[in-house]
Amino acid sequence: MGAFDEMGPMAADVREAYAGLKRWLEATPRDVFDTRRSQAELFFRRIGITFAVYGDNEAAERLIPFDIIPRVLTKPEWSIVERGLTQRVQALNMFLADIYSGQECIKAGVIPADLVYRNPHYRLEMVDVAVPHGVYCHIAGIDIVRVDESTFYVLEDNARTPSGVSYMLENREVMMRLFPELFAEHRVAPIENYADSLLSSLRSVAPASASRDPVVALLTPGQFNSAYYEHSFLADKLGVELVESSDLIVRDDVVYMRTTEGPKRVDVLYRRIDDEYLDPLVFRPDSVLGVPGLMSAYQAGNITLANAVGTGISDDKAVYTYMPEIIRFFTGEEPILSNVPTWRCRERDALGHVLDNLHELVVKEVNGSGGYGMLVGPHATRAEIEEFRRKLKRDPDGFIAQPTLALSTCPTFVASGVAPRHVDLRPFVLTGADGVHIVPGGLTRVALKEGSLVVNSSQGGGTKDTWILDG
Amino acid sequence: MLSRTADNLFWLARYTERADFVARILDAAMRLASLPSSYSGERNEWESALASAGSMETFQGLYSATNEDTVRDFLAFSPANPSSIRNCLELARTNARAVRTALTTEMWEGINGAWLEFKRFDGRSMSREEFARFLEWVKSLSLMFEGSAHRTMLRNDAYWFTRLGLAMERADNTARIIDVKYHVLLPENERVGGSLDYFQWTTILREVSALTAYHWVYRDRIRPMRVADLLILNRQMPRSLASCYEVMVRHLDLTADAYGRRGPSQRLASATLGRLNDLAIEEIFAQGLHEFIEAFILDNNQLGTAVAEQYLT
Amino acid sequence: MRLRVLHETRYAYDQPARGLIQVMRLTPASHEGQHVRRWRIDPSVDGSLKVKEDTLGNTIHVFSADGAVDQLVVRVSGEVETFDTHGVVTGTAERVPEAFFLRDTDLTTPDDALRAFAAEAGGSPDPLTRLHDLLKAINGTIVFDTAPTHAATTAAEAFAMRRGVCQDLTHVFIATARHLGIPARYVSGYFFRADGVVEQEAGHAWAEAKVPGLGWVGFDPANGIATGPAHLRLAIGLDYLGAAPIRGSRYGGGNETLDVRLRVDNGQSQAQG
Repeated sequence: MGAFDEMGPMAADVREAYAGLKRWLEATPRDVFDTRRSQAELFFRRIGITFAVYGDNEAAERLIPFDIIPRVLTKPEWSIVERGLTQRVQALNMFLADIYSGQECIKAGVIPADLVYRNPHYRLEMVDVAVPHGVYCHIAGIDIVRVDESTFYVLEDNARTPSGVSYMLENREVMMRLFPELFAEHRVAPIENYADSLLSSLRSVAPASASRDPVVALLTPGQFNSAYYEHSFLADKLGVELVESSDLIVRDDVVYMRTTEGPKRVDVLYRRIDDEYLDPLVFRPDSVLGVPGLMSAYQAGNITLANAVGTGISDDKAVYTYMPEIIRFFTGEEPILSNVPTWRCRERDALGHVLDNLHELVVKEVNGSGGYGMLVGPHATRAEIEEFRRKLKRDPDGFIAQPTLALSTCPTFVASGVAPRHVDLRPFVLTGADGVHIVPGGLTRVALKEGSLVVNSSQGGGTKDTWILDG
Repeated sequence: MLSRTADNLFWLARYTERADFVARILDAAMRLASLPSSYSGERNEWESALASAGSMETFQGLYSATNEDTVRDFLAFSPANPSSIRNCLELARTNARAVRTALTTEMWEGINGAWLEFKRFDGRSMSREEFARFLEWVKSLSLMFEGSAHRTMLRNDAYWFTRLGLAMERADNTARIIDVKYHVLLPENERVGGSLDYFQWTTILREVSALTAYHWVYRDRIRPMRVADLLILNRQMPRSLASCYEVMVRHLDLTADAYGRRGPSQRLASATLGRLNDLAIEEIFAQGLHEFIEAFILDNNQLGTAVAEQYLT
Repeated sequence: MRLRVLHETRYAYDQPARGLIQVMRLTPASHEGQHVRRWRIDPSVDGSLKVKEDTLGNTIHVFSADGAVDQLVVRVSGEVETFDTHGVVTGTAERVPEAFFLRDTDLTTPDDALRAFAAEAGGSPDPLTRLHDLLKAINGTIVFDTAPTHAATTAAEAFAMRRGVCQDLTHVFIATARHLGIPARYVSGYFFRADGVVEQEAGHAWAEAKVPGLGWVGFDPANGIATGPAHLRLAIGLDYLGAAPIRGSRYGGGNETLDVRLRVDNGQSQAQG
């Protein structure tokens, strides 16, 4: 494969960041690792991550596998990523503000008009709505992959309702319990201030009409949602109410939650429900997860939604291809983090190239996510390739294509021992009234199958703790 | 607290209590069924169990015969009976899961574990002995629930709403038993006498687990008026209507103090408690036991509605 | 032509409903083809009635009532002077780029059958001719029938049944026009019938399409005609959901019975019995 291994070859030159871990892997008897691994699993079961998947009989299978070997980045590596993420999310927010008011980037030809206006995630309801402090994307989960010593690519911008942060926090929690001595030997940057940072970001963007002590609540689709565990976990850590649609009412354009002491005003709603389901009077009329009148209250400026309505347009993979230009246009700087080189199938020449090289490309639906609706050329059967060829010809606008990247690998426990497996990284980028905050690290996802490049948990991926070494 | 959270806690307590109540009814019916028929009379004890559980109509829509097998299945295991032990445990767990973070680990694990364990029982293949053990297990769950709530929960509104739910369910259960069996408690029946009535009365006492209590309190043979007194007015007896209302009034008052506001729930509950405190059992019999109980059930339901409107929605 | 409208929508609930909210697009705007002389919206229940304007220029009333309600009547009445502009709609507030009206929605995404139909009917090189051909083809293919479709029926579903109401025919028109690269939008409104029938079952719907050099032009596929003075324009949207006259919600209330009374006359003829 020739993928870049972040530890380096096991036998010889280990990269400096991994020197301590290598010693630890060599010095620790195998049975100690086995014990720790089952303790980790027990911990995840007990705190109830399995509980989130409710199918009582399947709970055991549905635990997302956790690998106890941490993924390590040095401070200098991280600071490039951090600066790149800050720049990108700032540009993303400026882009969103612009397409909903002014549309300068369209007039300047930075992005084609039809990509914006025909995009189902571009919400007309948001045009000229003044969102508090101009922040649209309060929480972003930007997927990053590494291909060599110095190259990080942004793979996807998740600006709607990115999930996974509970795993980032719980992974650290379990590692600190199981391997305190390892933390004594490494100066790992802490991440447990994520919840504090999130809460203060959310409070900072409360609407002007809120009281001095703004009330934040977390809106969940309910206990049958697959991310419910994360919702209740975060509500708990933030110390805010976990509300469902039936807990909220809108009166005279103000949102209240029903409490035992009567209606209580909500100022900021951290919503984990997609736009389409938010308000049955504006979006899908059959939605039972939404709050009738919420959009009206939002447009009246009486509540902040995090993330804002209409951020999904920047998750579109066709819009993604314009991110370098968007960054240049809005920040006047060169992008610090590059995009993966991408062919836009909507462009005739690109489509021709893609159709000729399907067997070695990754083809993605512009609106797909979670690793679905995707063709990995080198791993696909002839029939799958032909099926994508038909899809591409019928609707070229609906797809983009990328080279098959050699994602970096990290040492990972597998049945046969320790072996390299491909990883990606999802850092969580918070934006409040006072700017961007990123806790050092993120969620490392690992493809547990040998050679596999698909890290999504729905497709057999696992997770790791991510360490940023402080000096 | 979110109204929905309070609602979940309230119903969690009610369903746990209801499961216990249904188990006691089945337990009493089993005892009656094991007596020679000259003692227990012609009446079908399984029909009487259904009447006590208040689910005769649903039953008749589902089964053609009323016997030990069908009633056991219906009251304990049937998914089609909204108040079967099975459904009570499942609903308790659904409510608990929705308020997972408002519960202590002990409570959650107890309730979740109960539901998981319940699914291992196979009602059809159970012998009488196994069924009796199953009922003991169900009864132990309510002890576990109350015990863990009592020992681990903070004394705040979350706790008060569980106490409120439990007491309201209890009051309703006790009242319903009196309602369907009032005729065996009436004085004119006492004159008939005989072992048949004795077993009917002790069955009632067993259903509310008050047989021993009766002897301790009255130190007398079983007399129907005293049975009624124990179940309605006796404040030492935790399942009496008066006791249940004491609990409700206490916790509604704590809630009102904490929130700084009294409402219809507090007024209705203390009015009912006041009536129960002022009455003597003889007066109730003079008024008509049946009428009294019917009015009580109505009042209790009205309080349920008031609590729901004031706090739970 | 002077059009008078009396439109009553009556909701009756089995049990009292609480927390009623209704979003109403029931107010016409004046433009070159129509002048609003008077217009009122009167809900029968006390509550708050707020007026807003959405990005498309539609006037929106948000009505909300707190108390328990067992019946609500929304009464719309008014008078509008209409003019013949040969179907061309000018003088409207256009804030949204026409590219927006090329977007497919759940209700208007064409399937293979609709694409083939569009390609066959819309073969002319001239956009206006193409649209008129589409109008005729749709009007000739889909039979007006209130039975098989409902508010959530998609263009593709209605087309497959070859049946539907004005909403469905309009969706089919929009879906095919967009497929041919012509921006198109949904219009809800009222229609004055030339046959003297003034009492109607429901409001009307048609489409507008952007014709290069002409601007937005109205097409009424249910009647197979371009729009004219008989059409009173209320609201526009990408599809029915975006232009719906009333979208509402409530808590409780049990079953709802809906009753609509609509009268559209020209101020001269009185109902004949």
